Amino acid sequence: MKAPPFSYLRAASLADIFVKWDATGAETRLLAGGQSLLASLAFRLSSPSTLIDISRVPELTGISAGGGMIRVGALTTHAELGAHPVVRQQVPLLAAAAPLIAHPAIRNRGTIGGSLAYADPAAELPACCVALDAVIVANSATAERRIPAAQFFTGLYATALGEKELITAIEFPASTAQQRSAILELARRSGDYAMVGVAAQAEFKNAEFVDGKLVFFGVGEAPVAAGAAVAVLTGKPLTGEAIARAEAALDIDLSPPADQQASSEMRRHLARVLLGRVLRRISQKEVVRVA
Amino acid sequence: MSTAVDISLTVNGERVSRRVEARRHLVDFLRLDLELMGTRTGCEHGMCGACTVRVNGNIVRGCLLLAVALDGADVETIEGASQSGELRDLQDAFIARNACQCGYCTPGMLLTAADLLSVNPRPTRAQIREHLCGNYCRCTGYHAIIDAVEATAASRNAKSGP
Repeated sequence: MKAPPFSYLRAASLADIFVKWDATGAETRLLAGGQSLLASLAFRLSSPSTLIDISRVPELTGISAGGGMIRVGALTTHAELGAHPVVRQQVPLLAAAAPLIAHPAIRNRGTIGGSLAYADPAAELPACCVALDAVIVANSATAERRIPAAQFFTGLYATALGEKELITAIEFPASTAQQRSAILELARRSGDYAMVGVAAQAEFKNAEFVDGKLVFFGVGEAPVAAGAAVAVLTGKPLTGEAIARAEAALDIDLSPPADQQASSEMRRHLARVLLGRVLRRISQKEVVRVA
Repeated sequence: MSTAVDISLTVNGERVSRRVEARRHLVDFLRLDLELMGTRTGCEHGMCGACTVRVNGNIVRGCLLLAVALDGADVETIEGASQSGELRDLQDAFIARNACQCGYCTPGMLLTAADLLSVNPRPTRAQIREHLCGNYCRCTGYHAIIDAVEATAASRNAKSGP
């Protein structure tokens, strides 16, 4: 279908976004890469009165590193994320996630800020942000908030963003020499939303799993951190037996929904398989940089 | 508030100025306003890849871009890429391998395959499949398409040496 009619405004700066947002009605939406928004308009899932195009706002672009932190501008595309040397070196999980997101042509336009604000439960980047303890930087006309990723995703396509508040950047802690990370997913067609996926980051000391996050996507209303599985693993060497116990603990962590792609029990099974694979991958001696 | 906006952009090297409805996506702009019929309207929600074109040198989904957002952009369609001759060997390989069939997905397949070969001149079959994963062929002629891309890479590499 064609999108319903709407008015179009282009913002020139961060301040200009809020001026235009205030001047238009409640049915205004922000347009960044448009890779989810324009598809949802074509389905007529929403009919905004106005789109404010924020894709040329300079304050929302760029990747910089400093103080143990990597700051990624909200307009950074998935393609840029996968290719950027600082991201590949210091936030390798993000670089590994990028090629899994949709298809090459979509990765050239889709943005990290858009993906997080849309908060699709099967998307890769929300799960990566939770796994990496990222901070989502959000601005309104009057204030800036820094929201931990674990508190950002509040439900199905729902986030902690307030009225007339937008994501301006995401901050990631630089990865350390002890940390290893990997992301795996299963989809019926490469590039489609995953039936199940897992983003993992863990720290090892003398082959013992000392700390980590195992964050599943496609199995709930938002990214799901598998706390029971992590508790089973913590303080122990990553043996085959420990991995099997962690897989079993997923029954506590996950109650996946059923849909036309997979039943709940099938998703549980796939989650156990992926957990075993991702743990074996990150337990290998070499730090896994890019999958 | 009017929903029509004046835009000015470059399409296949030519300067173009038009007034467009805000909701008009790039494929409709190319086909209906500029009468460039090479770019296909497929699913119109980003699944099929039939509308693949280049914007500022990168392949994109034409159905997931608003024409109004492209003021000042440089757009290249299958017409421009064909006329320049840069796809000639790829197009010949598609014909030789019977990779066109109904032809509906072909412009998108060609531009996506050319994108792959520009960054990876020696792709494996798995890499070709992965790069073309967002382009549907409803004739299901995928093997022939992958053969054609592989043959083009091989013949370019034979010409340029190891």
